[in-house]
Amino acid sequence: MRLLARTGEWLGERFHWEELIGPLAKKTVPVHRLTPWYFLGGITLFLFGIQVCTGILLLLYYRPGANEAFESVQYIMTRVQFGWLVRSIHSWAANLMILTAFAHMFSVLFLQAYRKPRELTWISGMALLFLAMGFGFSGYLLPWNTLAFFATKVGTEITGQVPVVGHGMMVFLRGGEDVTTATLTRFFGFHVAVLPGLTVLFILVHLALVQYFGMSLPPGVEARWKTNPGEARAMKFFPNFFLRELMAWYIALGALGALAAIWPWELGTKADPFAPAPAGIRPEWYFMFMFQTLKKIPAKLWFLDGEVAGILVFGAAGGLWLLLPFFDSMAGGRGRRWVLGAGIFGLGYMLAMTVYGYLAK
Amino acid sequence: MGATEPSNPSRRRRRFVEALLGGGLFASFASFVYPVLRYLIPPPLADLGGDEVVAAKTGELRAGTSKVFRFGSRPGLLLMTAEGEYRALSAVCTHLSCTVQYRGDLHQIWCACHNGLYDLNGRNVSGPPPRPLEVFQVHVRGDEVVVSRKREA
Amino acid sequence: MDTLQNKGGRFALPAALAILLWAVPARSQQNTCLDCHGAMDPPLQVTAEQFARDIHSQKGLSCASCHGGDPTEAGPDAMSKKAGFRGKVERGQVPEFCGRCHSDAAFMRQYNPSLRTDQLAQYKTSVHGMRRAQGDQKVAVCTDCHGVHDLRPASDTRSKVNPLNIAETCSRCHANGEYMKGYNIPTDQFANYRASVHYEAMTVRGDLSAPTCTTCHGNHGAAPPGVASVKNVCSTCHAFQSQMFEKSSHKAAFESRGLPGCVVCHSNHGVKHPSDAMLSTGPQAVCARCHTPGDRCDRATASIHADLLRLQGAIRDADAVLAVAESSGMEVSEARLNQDQARDALTKARVTIHSFRRELVDQDLQAGLKVTAVNLQAGEGALRERNYRRLGLAVSVIAILIVLFGLRAYIRLLEQNGTST
Repeated sequence: MRLLARTGEWLGERFHWEELIGPLAKKTVPVHRLTPWYFLGGITLFLFGIQVCTGILLLLYYRPGANEAFESVQYIMTRVQFGWLVRSIHSWAANLMILTAFAHMFSVLFLQAYRKPRELTWISGMALLFLAMGFGFSGYLLPWNTLAFFATKVGTEITGQVPVVGHGMMVFLRGGEDVTTATLTRFFGFHVAVLPGLTVLFILVHLALVQYFGMSLPPGVEARWKTNPGEARAMKFFPNFFLRELMAWYIALGALGALAAIWPWELGTKADPFAPAPAGIRPEWYFMFMFQTLKKIPAKLWFLDGEVAGILVFGAAGGLWLLLPFFDSMAGGRGRRWVLGAGIFGLGYMLAMTVYGYLAK
Repeated sequence: MGATEPSNPSRRRRRFVEALLGGGLFASFASFVYPVLRYLIPPPLADLGGDEVVAAKTGELRAGTSKVFRFGSRPGLLLMTAEGEYRALSAVCTHLSCTVQYRGDLHQIWCACHNGLYDLNGRNVSGPPPRPLEVFQVHVRGDEVVVSRKREA
Repeated sequence: MDTLQNKGGRFALPAALAILLWAVPARSQQNTCLDCHGAMDPPLQVTAEQFARDIHSQKGLSCASCHGGDPTEAGPDAMSKKAGFRGKVERGQVPEFCGRCHSDAAFMRQYNPSLRTDQLAQYKTSVHGMRRAQGDQKVAVCTDCHGVHDLRPASDTRSKVNPLNIAETCSRCHANGEYMKGYNIPTDQFANYRASVHYEAMTVRGDLSAPTCTTCHGNHGAAPPGVASVKNVCSTCHAFQSQMFEKSSHKAAFESRGLPGCVVCHSNHGVKHPSDAMLSTGPQAVCARCHTPGDRCDRATASIHADLLRLQGAIRDADAVLAVAESSGMEVSEARLNQDQARDALTKARVTIHSFRRELVDQDLQAGLKVTAVNLQAGEGALRERNYRRLGLAVSVIAILIVLFGLRAYIRLLEQNGTST
């Protein structure tokens, strides 16, 4: 601790760092029944950090390219010391991160932290969620095993169904008409360069906005505290809230280690583009609700092809979801109720279709 | 961060907690850093990629002798013909997957299980094998004999 | 092939006749026979398309080459006796008729020097040939199997005598109960063969070296191999098993009882994929058909069977442990590869059974068991390493728990005086 203090003094003689981090030192977090939900954003950020670190470690041994990718992952899993640990943590943390990102998004929605003036925070957050799912989709292909190959084939096929621009998008994603080694190279580039760059940018924007506006209060708490100011309680971010966040992060670390050691991530079999698709191809769980919906839509909806209709509906839903904060203030109190209703419906639908997708084998 | 006058038991308690926290943090960091450090050390067996492998050292084989080596997850056969040329093929018999061997006396590849015979180009010439053996490419690199799968044209 | 143009050139006729009568090849430009016969109903129908497929036609022969007559004349004049017309060749005459050319080596050399010319001689030694000599008109002659007028060479996959098709050709008579009445031979050969592993090898696995009817019975000299020579036939491909059988006790035993060697256990037409169950006591058991239960041989069989199962089980067990280790992320590819040696040993043991000597089979099995033991150890070692990893995990989890407790205590400490605000 004394070393830290002395470093601080040394820096202070050169930079006015205390002014820069001043706001951060003074930052407070409101304390109420729903405070634990505030942890989710930090956990997602922490998991992203884990992904960057394990990802960089994997980069030291991974080789993109259809004839080498699978073997290099096998090499990591079986020959590199603790390679199994790094790779399994990377795979588990990816899923955990998307889970916490969704949970964070829904908690923001139900605690109504998206309200004015935080609309841009919501939009940047949704962008981050889409980027995270992009990470998941591109990263899933990189081991080049059978399941990943066919899941990518189906996923990009669905993208190709979008009217007008679909085929172009599909060719762009695949690096050609089919899923080949060119697709792998492209996904690798997305996964380790394009997406990280964009994500870091959006994270900075998102955090800056969160710092600027401070922590939002759920409407019920806000109202209560307005009438009884004495009830308002808050804790300092540093060190109190942060120490608690550290606990959450350590729990996540422990969980990741246990998952990696007890249920190591599977290697699968090397993808063979000429073999027929095995039964039971399915995407990762976070795409399952969309996949199951598209499977169940009837072949034709009025004049539209069923799959195209489904894609358009999801596209529209995503667009509306992005703009939820703007509906909130419409039509007095009614807008808010619509938003909350949409939130409940969305969450329920996603959960139900995901469960359905797994049960209906 | 202090309270008002810390009394002695309180200070002891604080020191204990700080020690516990510090020790735990150190131990947990060590348990994270130790695997990472070992991860960074490249393993002794370099992975040349799924497509090629060092089958032998030059001078290991004489004319008319052979060696079974590992190629990916299957055995391969490296042989040196009477003329001193290296040949490498899959050692998995196409009949019932026994491991074949080179017969210097016949100048052919022989499968001991059911007497199948292949010529040195892998073609099945006699006995039950229905298909030829897969032929690999051989390069000599320095003092290593490297076998790789035939590249697609 | 162009036909029917009744252009001029009558002076070509005598020349053509002379050439044809000595059956020297000439590009036959005119074949008026098909003008009429192409439009008739069967059995007189021969269309131009049909004849174009025939190998003889492709080599330049015409109707007159075999049937005589004048292919340049239109109408019934073509069938002039003066021009040598002989009409339909009688069934009983067919082999000699075909043999006029096909047994003449000098003649056939002009078309295909490597074509055999002993078919007629062989045919005369066959069951078909010998019965025909005794007056049986029902037996197969050349045209029954090869076809006529649209005859393809045997190498053509559409030919009725191509190895892929020949079993069906034989079955046209031999599987026809009505037709074969009175001959006192079974008619289930084709059905049995269809269920056999040889048929499967040929049709499913595309192995053209797999035997079909003619492989074991001969084609032109078709006859069943004698009881004493069955094993010679089988040993053409199954060399090792045959060698071992020759040196075994069962050779003399079978010969003295007039039993047909390999067929006793493996059957002739319906040869199934052999299984270890043949050594057991169940429905597929073959040893039990002769040996008394409980005698010395029966006990030896039982122990061989048990050992085979033991090696199979050992291979399976080692595979299972290695699979678990592998799916836990452990490196066991070397051991997995070595499992092949154990499988090789099992394959060899199953061949060695034909020596009917327990010690020899035992040798192979023991070699296999040694390999599986080593691999099992490797697999178990990998599992131990996996458990060591879990121990490492436990250590780090304990460190994490300490941190968590420490953090909680620290927070409490900081906030005991309400210092959080």
